[in-house]
Amino acid sequence: MNAAVPMPATHRPGTARAPWLLSAPAFLLFICLLLVPLVLTAVLSFQVFDHASGVKNSFTLSHYAAVLTDDYYHRIFWRTFWISALTTFICVLVGAPEAYVLSRMRSPWRSILLLVVLAPLLVSVVVRAFGWSMLLGPEGLVNQAIRAMGLPTMRILYTEAAVIIALVHVMLPFMVIPVWTSLQKLDPGVENAALSLGASPFTTLRRIIFPQVLPGVLSGSLIVFGLSASAFAIPGLLGGRRLKMVATVVYDEYLHELNWPLGAAIALTLLLANLVLMLSYNRVLERSYKKSMG
Amino acid sequence: MSFLTLANVSKSYGATHAVIDMNLSVEKGEFVSLLGPSGCGKTTTLQMIAGFSDVTAGRITLDGRDITHAKPNSRGLGIVFQSYALFPHMSVEGNVSFGLEMRRMPNAERAERVKAALALVHLEAHAARYPRELSGGQRQRVALARALVIEPPVLLLDEPLSNLDAKLREEMQFELRQIQRKVGTTTVMVTHDQTEAMSISDRVVVMEAGRVTQIDQPHRLYEHPQTRFISSFVGKANLLEGRVTANGAWATVDLGAVPLEVEAPGLVAGDAVVLSLRPEKIRLVPAGRGRLDGTVRQRFFLGSQWLYQVATAAGELVVVCSNDGAAPAEEGTHIGLDWTAQQVRLLPGARHLAQETAPAQETQA
Amino acid sequence: MSKNGPIALLFNAFVIAFMMAPLVIVCVVAFTPENTLTIPTTQFSLRWFRAVFAHSDFVQSFRNSLWLAFLSATLATVLAVPAGLAIARHSFPGRDFLNGLFLSPLIIPHLVLGVALLRTFSLIGATGSFFWLALAHVVIITPYALRLVLASVAGSDRSAEQAALSLGASQATVFRRITLPMILPGVTGGWLLAFINSFDEVTMSIFVTAPSTVTLPVRMYMYATESIDPLMAAVSALMVALTAVAMLVLDRVYGLDKILVGHR
Repeated sequence: MNAAVPMPATHRPGTARAPWLLSAPAFLLFICLLLVPLVLTAVLSFQVFDHASGVKNSFTLSHYAAVLTDDYYHRIFWRTFWISALTTFICVLVGAPEAYVLSRMRSPWRSILLLVVLAPLLVSVVVRAFGWSMLLGPEGLVNQAIRAMGLPTMRILYTEAAVIIALVHVMLPFMVIPVWTSLQKLDPGVENAALSLGASPFTTLRRIIFPQVLPGVLSGSLIVFGLSASAFAIPGLLGGRRLKMVATVVYDEYLHELNWPLGAAIALTLLLANLVLMLSYNRVLERSYKKSMG
Repeated sequence: MSFLTLANVSKSYGATHAVIDMNLSVEKGEFVSLLGPSGCGKTTTLQMIAGFSDVTAGRITLDGRDITHAKPNSRGLGIVFQSYALFPHMSVEGNVSFGLEMRRMPNAERAERVKAALALVHLEAHAARYPRELSGGQRQRVALARALVIEPPVLLLDEPLSNLDAKLREEMQFELRQIQRKVGTTTVMVTHDQTEAMSISDRVVVMEAGRVTQIDQPHRLYEHPQTRFISSFVGKANLLEGRVTANGAWATVDLGAVPLEVEAPGLVAGDAVVLSLRPEKIRLVPAGRGRLDGTVRQRFFLGSQWLYQVATAAGELVVVCSNDGAAPAEEGTHIGLDWTAQQVRLLPGARHLAQETAPAQETQA
Repeated sequence: MSKNGPIALLFNAFVIAFMMAPLVIVCVVAFTPENTLTIPTTQFSLRWFRAVFAHSDFVQSFRNSLWLAFLSATLATVLAVPAGLAIARHSFPGRDFLNGLFLSPLIIPHLVLGVALLRTFSLIGATGSFFWLALAHVVIITPYALRLVLASVAGSDRSAEQAALSLGASQATVFRRITLPMILPGVTGGWLLAFINSFDEVTMSIFVTAPSTVTLPVRMYMYATESIDPLMAAVSALMVALTAVAMLVLDRVYGLDKILVGHR
């Protein structure tokens, strides 16, 4: 996520005491409850775990080894990866055009419908996941419609499909927002200029608008992928006991197996993968920004 | 007796020098403008007087008191900011009474003073409105009332008219001057608009690249600019370069094709000089009857004036004639240009080519 | 603005329906008189809502969530306002670092935070403490408060503060009477957004929860993994209603579109 803040218009360079004093309370809290815990978790991930006596004080790489070599974890990571990738892909296919369609509407529909698409962000993910479990269950609305069409009941709940559908629902706003923002920055005259020079609406879309919206699409993809990979409530409620993703596996290790070091190792691997992905994506993003903005 | 004095005031940001060695004495009740292009240091000077910018060197004295390092909330100056800086969450009345509140004035007296201030700027009817409900011109008046109600020793105006449209700007210029005359407050105004500066100031301080280049009354500044920059920044000027061929009380300057006479003692034959002739000082006469002949290349109608670009042997000259109802000259006509000899000015800074020893010196006022 | 064709509008309708579906179904099923998850067609009943209020666990969790959200949103705002002023107004060494640090919880998976805080709490004996759980929430929701405060400060007129100074106000008076009122929409909006996010939070809370501090979303999650009945639907409907109210207030105070999409 791009955390850059624009430079203040009137600023006093040099005196650093006042701003550091102002930021001190928040800084203190973040050190104690963000940085320190992360460090402690990193340390934990290297500690030995014994089923009988718990966490020991000796150093081991066995947890990371397990994560990297054990087939079970490979499958979990792979499943998490392709589910997240597919979710991201669908969000791009649906979210970007939706943002475009919304941007071309007249007010008041524009703002109203935009709010309708984005407001679910403020509702707890548990509520939304539960709603989908109701819709996608064997007696749910979707299957009722399927049966009405003469087809046999489809098993959607507790499969990857249910997880993906619910993930798309939760992640779609995160794609719509950056694409919408990109579209807002477009000079409206550019589209008209292209048309006046003889381009068809489709060509205009493909060669003028899309390249400028691309940074928004990339930025949204990054957010969607990262959030999907670490999703917990949705695979928990819609994946069932057998369909595990990284977050639910960590939960198992922590609360059922009590193997905290292993759970820590898995969680940190996820964090690392996230960071690596973000950094490399950021570089792609920068290059595409430079191309589209000149 | 100077009321507000800047003595050798300088401001530097590391290697950048925004204001260099500024000296200024403002008399009580005077209206002084700091005039110059952007980046010349005029706004920085104002900020130093107000206390929002530290002074790197020099002293600022107000009514005998050294305020160089005084905090901005203890100087008691009245300031009108370029963006007006009204408090958006307070009504007009709230804005204007704020300064009096800070001075712990009792309610009754405060209300009286606020009413008087609003009456001064003709906004009594809008006391309960909020800034967002007012037009640009009205906001500017509120800012003025807010600055004047505290009866400050000095009023500082930072480009007060630059955000207004042309017509309004003209009206406000005169109103500003009227109010200032009425209240008698010493005023320092910063502007890049030379007509603004000249029309309402008692004196104009021209600044260029951090330095003061000339301080004069508007009329003198216009008629006797001391540098080439000032002569073209303040009003339009025809600048003619040439070499002195004959000297004396009146020197003859050879412009390459044509000689010109200029009232300038002290020149030496061989000097390279720049002459300045204002467009409105030139009259159009039939060809052959003036000092110089030329062809009208282009003409522009400016409402109250006609502007001609005339090609002559001395180069292209700009001539401005008042629109007195007479038929204007057509493009392509051969025409004569005439002027009173005394209207040709010599810009200081002649290069003594005949000597070729010392490098050219630019004199700065 | 060129118009959308019929295909575009149809597509849009599908997306809208898709986004509304789970929320609508939850609210509708909550009114069923049956014992199972069915859509009420002829009869509507409030029995499940009554059941929610009679269910002591849910009521307790609801109270927990409310107090927790209130406390952590207030703390987060109190921390975010000075930090926001510092970052938006001054350029100083470490500015970008601080800005990144305070916004980082947005990109760190809540899963990782939950795991990390669980470990930390167990080491310092803070498990089960309402206060420490609130602090954990503060870390997660500060970015939301901070972003709005930053936007508000960046958009405020600095020269108004200078004007107040020139009129004789002290620094404290300037902050109290000029700065704070000018940034108040951002501060209040930030508080509300932080509140909503704390109330909704489940992933981190599930790791750090203890029997005495179970929040509503955590309680709902645990309930949903065991039994699925209309009680869950009723609780969900109540949460949707609460969110709707919060959204209305947020819109009034700051502008919902500005919060979700940012300033134009």
